[in-house]
Amino acid sequence: MSDIATYNFAYLDEQTKRMIRRAILKGIAIPGYQVPFASREMPMPYGWGTGGVQVTASIIGPDDVLKVIDQGADDTTNAVSIRAFFRKVADVETTTDTTKATIIQTRHRIPEQPLVDGQTLVYQVPIPEPLRFLEPRETETRKMHALEEYGLMHVKLYEDIARNGHIATTYAYPVKVEGRYVMDPSPTPKFDNPKMHMSAALQLFGAGREQRIYAIPPYTKVVSLDFEDHPFEVQTFDRPCALCGAEQVYLDEVILDDRGGRMFVCSDTDFCEKRREAGHVGELGMAMEDVR
Amino acid sequence: MYVAVKGGEAAIDNAHRLLADRRRGDRDVPALGLAQIVEQLALAVDRVMAEGSLYDRELAALAIRQARGDLIEAIFLTRAYRTTLPRFGYSRPVDTAAMQVERRVSATYKDLPGGQLLGPTFDYTHRLLDPELAGDAIVEAPAVRPEAPEPMPRVTEILAQEGLIEPDGAAPTGTEPGDITRQPAEYPMERDVRLQALSRGDEGFLLALAYSTQRGYGRSHPFVGEIRIGEVEIELEVPELPFPVPLGRIRVTECQMVNQFKGSMKAPPQFTRGYGLVMGQSERKAMAMSLCDRALRAGEFGEDLVAPAQDQEFVIAHSDNVQATGFVEHLKLPHYVDFQAELDLVRRMRGEFEERQGATSARKEAAE
Repeated sequence: MSDIATYNFAYLDEQTKRMIRRAILKGIAIPGYQVPFASREMPMPYGWGTGGVQVTASIIGPDDVLKVIDQGADDTTNAVSIRAFFRKVADVETTTDTTKATIIQTRHRIPEQPLVDGQTLVYQVPIPEPLRFLEPRETETRKMHALEEYGLMHVKLYEDIARNGHIATTYAYPVKVEGRYVMDPSPTPKFDNPKMHMSAALQLFGAGREQRIYAIPPYTKVVSLDFEDHPFEVQTFDRPCALCGAEQVYLDEVILDDRGGRMFVCSDTDFCEKRREAGHVGELGMAMEDVR
Repeated sequence: MYVAVKGGEAAIDNAHRLLADRRRGDRDVPALGLAQIVEQLALAVDRVMAEGSLYDRELAALAIRQARGDLIEAIFLTRAYRTTLPRFGYSRPVDTAAMQVERRVSATYKDLPGGQLLGPTFDYTHRLLDPELAGDAIVEAPAVRPEAPEPMPRVTEILAQEGLIEPDGAAPTGTEPGDITRQPAEYPMERDVRLQALSRGDEGFLLALAYSTQRGYGRSHPFVGEIRIGEVEIELEVPELPFPVPLGRIRVTECQMVNQFKGSMKAPPQFTRGYGLVMGQSERKAMAMSLCDRALRAGEFGEDLVAPAQDQEFVIAHSDNVQATGFVEHLKLPHYVDFQAELDLVRRMRGEFEERQGATSARKEAAE
């Protein structure tokens, strides 16, 4: 039974890759539109990034350099596991350095370091349909997209303001792409939404379980939905990163003890490390030389 | 001073090592062989083959062993393997009328051509734990029919001779059956595709839905026209050859549910059908499937859509246990970035709330 399991380069067979590439091309041609594709079972569970993994597997070549992040960090267990998967099935070079990567697969964050021409950001998407929690039926939501009927979404955002004084959506905050399709940016915090706008990188979104792929080509307008009197705002933190002192970055709260002690550190581990390499030290950090 | 915890890679390796240890368990107990699983846990193997949609007993047994007996995990392992296999073609439709039947029961006729055949069923066993089975007592060889069995036409065909049941419904010529493993799900979904999804849907989910139709959530007044279990021939058309090539035999369970009649001004009253076909031996699943199939045809018969079991998107989109378990269990993956965003908002809103409270009590004091 030793010969029962052999796999193609990057796991997927070439026919499947071709099918997925077609879906990607269609997605690029119609920015923000959800293209159905015949998603395959992957060797990791649905919900672990099977859509992103299929997109990455279909576009990756032997010369690519892959970075995988989860929650902004390269060392979270699932990021480690997906990186190891591609090292195993595609034998590609992997990196944690955002600037060195040609493909970055991500769950829940966009790197702080602005991306450049030629880079591709692959998002793992759980529920691709931004209207899903307003209307559970696929037959209905597809119609709403086709007719550009997005009033319901604005009503939802309005009701948030009426009820809470705020738009109570803090992540997976809906955007409008190139003035046409309302799109779910995947559950990234809304802090990252502005990074999608006019990005130099190609942004691809894969939802495996829901069988959808969508895309934002480079230099595409991506606007977060809002109201004139309640303009879109990103989260701000009232203190810098405790390790590297960075401001205007997204921070994770780390609980230090059971007496309310906590610190805030960069969620983007590569960004934080590079700053510390460059000599920046935060309130609770130490210089990189001392860490070694 | 704070240093962030690293070492995801080492942690994963160690977790896998511990998993391998737990899977093997006490080394003094002999390891399970795949043949033992195939022979003695045959119905678990059948379920993994059916819901994993890969007919290979040895691989299913391997998956069960690898999954430590967690059948949904085993189904997942099987699926993730089958999806990488090249597709050579599609077999001809199996002819269940020509099945080599091991079990066949009908609840609608006392006797019928081919007879009732109980086969290896739990139905009339008394569910008393049998201490003998704790050991390895000698088991008698089964009784074997001496004479060649007479043909066993399907009950639905007998009903159809009188026109009492709706025809099987041929697909319009030129339509190719869909393939849920090669095309994305699209709603509304035709019956061919729905049946495929049901056939590999989660047994527990379909069972509960089928049960709900019996308790009034989309009732269809069902009778088991027939259940048959046995082996059918799989044949493939090869363009170079003038005859279909037999590929082998597989065991399947088929259930034809006969449901309350339907007629209209133009058509006389007729019984309607619900159909179930499952790889391997699984009567519970085939019966549940046929009840769900009939419930999902409500629209076809102009019945009111009032129950979950009649709702295509509800049933089909949630019937796959590999998808369901993945998405439910993914909640244990880190979500701290999103949680941080929510924390921030809740803290802000609480701050505003307290400010408002403060302002109100200050006003009250001033008024007093």
